[in-house]
Amino acid sequence: MFNTFKNLILIVSASLVLIACGQQGGGAGSKKSKTLQNTQKAGFVKCGVSQGLPGFSNADTAGNWSGIDVDVCRAVAAAVLGDADKVKYTPLSAKERFTALIAGEIDILSRNTTWTLSRDADIGLTFVGVNFYDGQGFMVRKNSGINSVNDFQSGISACTNTGTTTELNMRDFFNSKNISYEPIAFEKADEVVAAYDAGRCDTYTTDKSGLAAQRTKMTAPDDHKVLPETISKEPLGPVVRQGDAVWEDIVRWSLNVMIEAEEYGITSSNASSLKDSENPQIKRLVGSEGELGSAFGLDNEWSLRIIEQVGNYGEIYEKHIASTGIMPDRGPNELWTKGGILYVAPAR
Amino acid sequence: MNLKTFSLDLKNKKRLIPQVLTLLFIVLLISYFTFNAQVNMDNRGIAFGFGFLTQEASFDIGFSLIDYDGSRSYARAFLVGLLNTLLVSVIGIIIATLIGVTVGIGRLSSNYLVAKFAEVYVEIFRNIPLLLQLFFWYFAALRALPLPEQAMNFNDISYLTVKGWYVPKFIWTNFSIFIYSVIAAFIAIIFVSKHAKKQREEFGKHIPSFYIGITLLFALPFLSFLIGGVELEFEIPVLKQMSATIFNFRGGVSIIPELMALAMALSMYTATFIAENVRAGILGVGKGQKEAAASIGLTKAQILKLVVLPQALRIIIPPTTNQYLNLTKNSSLAAAIAYPDIVLVFAGTALMQTGRAIEIVSITMGTYLLLSLSISSFMNWYNQSVAIKEK
Ligand SMILES: N[C@@H](CCC(=O)N[C@@H](CS)C(=O)NCC(=O)O)C(=O)O
Repeated sequence: MFNTFKNLILIVSASLVLIACGQQGGGAGSKKSKTLQNTQKAGFVKCGVSQGLPGFSNADTAGNWSGIDVDVCRAVAAAVLGDADKVKYTPLSAKERFTALIAGEIDILSRNTTWTLSRDADIGLTFVGVNFYDGQGFMVRKNSGINSVNDFQSGISACTNTGTTTELNMRDFFNSKNISYEPIAFEKADEVVAAYDAGRCDTYTTDKSGLAAQRTKMTAPDDHKVLPETISKEPLGPVVRQGDAVWEDIVRWSLNVMIEAEEYGITSSNASSLKDSENPQIKRLVGSEGELGSAFGLDNEWSLRIIEQVGNYGEIYEKHIASTGIMPDRGPNELWTKGGILYVAPAR
Repeated sequence: MNLKTFSLDLKNKKRLIPQVLTLLFIVLLISYFTFNAQVNMDNRGIAFGFGFLTQEASFDIGFSLIDYDGSRSYARAFLVGLLNTLLVSVIGIIIATLIGVTVGIGRLSSNYLVAKFAEVYVEIFRNIPLLLQLFFWYFAALRALPLPEQAMNFNDISYLTVKGWYVPKFIWTNFSIFIYSVIAAFIAIIFVSKHAKKQREEFGKHIPSFYIGITLLFALPFLSFLIGGVELEFEIPVLKQMSATIFNFRGGVSIIPELMALAMALSMYTATFIAENVRAGILGVGKGQKEAAASIGLTKAQILKLVVLPQALRIIIPPTTNQYLNLTKNSSLAAAIAYPDIVLVFAGTALMQTGRAIEIVSITMGTYLLLSLSISSFMNWYNQSVAIKEK
């Protein structure tokens, strides 16, 4: 008899938990952003990053993250929480990243992720913009005698990351050249590099920025080179869950503000002094004109905080990508006014 | 699973209530999760369905036992992954059993060095996390193995390199006839051993069934070559230069280093547990049994084969079944070193490319469940066949 009773209590209490969870789970389509509310309640932005890609998202020995992908999350934290440091980073492999975002473990995925149609449409994700225009390339050993992708021959073995666009592009590329190849796909980038370094594969293929960044981790970086060809378009940018339009806008415009700030010459050091600028667009960006923040339920200084605490795109690029020697030349990631393709909608 | 425990005891109402409630609770729980998943997926615009399985996979896999390339379907990619999982599990189980039995017997050796060595082996390999061992074997292998142009050469037909172990490829004509001859040999062996047993039990006559069996196993397939029209040719790997410093072998079959390292790590690790089972099993057979057997004049080999092993096996098999299951499940660590098993290929790449998390994860879980159930029912069957039958 006692056992029956105990069982009953267990069942009832378990059902109560379930009902409670059920109520919490609902509530789609409201005008307010659930993600924003949760973020403000928690006091930090939940940000998914790579497991270590210098220049993009990389942790130092003390566990401090930096890079241009990290700065997207920092910008959002500055905008919605007032402090760019209030970010919780979750390192994710290429394979895990979308599941983590969909499951709500993170609210922004900023991890050198390529914007493609099927990702955007298929899996409940939304891409908000591009913070780095990239393309896939190949790395080979300098002494290999291979100077161009046209020197590749059938039988070549290629190491890469699993669950990436790289895996798909590689197949298209080798097929179009009629070259049979051996793909070796690892879950973690460190293992790819180690296997390539040990001679398991003849070439290492991924985003060119990734190649440049990973090369800095190799035992003898100077023994390797990146081939000149680019075999794909890899627009890398932050991703959010589908279904929270306000949060999506916040992340998109936090990124846009950094790029537009560079366009108007607003930097982390001069931003607050530009409040009385002649130029109305500059005034809007530093929050002394208009009410841009209210559209997302934020105050008017949100964009000023981004520029002051994180910097404009040019400053970020210089700090993480150029001065570290990863890609000194901005190439397509230069402003449209300076011959690049960085062009964002105006914040007004 | 014992079905009797599930049947409701109608006479005893007190027991009936909790059973019905538990059942109700489980049904509710499952429907709740299904419903919630459905709602959440609808909200996020995710459709549920298995139609994607017939779509083109569009990614390649480096190592496959069957014909595959990216133009085949996701279902085919699943099959490639499954077969690779089976391959490494079977190899792992065989090697782990061999090492395990040897080490287990070694631990009981009267030779101090042998016993100590076996003990140290068990302690080391049992206590280091498997993933670490896997990385150790993989990167140790990659560091130790030579580049193709300096390959370790075995009689000009087989080469060991950092890119794999290249062995001749068998090219068969009339392969099915060969297979039939092997099956015929096995059937013949079963008959011979049945007959031998009868002769021994009824007339006390000893027929060397083991040697007859071996002879049959070779003779019948040999005949299939002589008169059955079976032919076997070998394709021998040859070194090819692909650029100034890049060489590789073409032709033949490549046993990739990922497979070697994974099989090595799995079997070295699992062998420690099997060794302990074997030791416990042998110790579990009473001393009196051996002494009694010796007193009726059985030789040492006969004592081991006829008295100790049959009894020890009954102690060894159930926990060893568990180890076989563990090994199979542990093979999913493959993804860490790029061995394309079912987790890497299907629950990894295919999941990423399709976004079908729920479908793919349930298929993968179902597959592992099925694998585990098959292994344990096979082992149960084997266990019953060695169990002492009361007469
Ligand atoms: N942009 C590609 C590739 C992304 C990717 O995973 N790249 C690797 C190599 S650069 C990486 O980020 N590795 C770092 C890590 O493992 O966290 C994609 O979105 O599929």
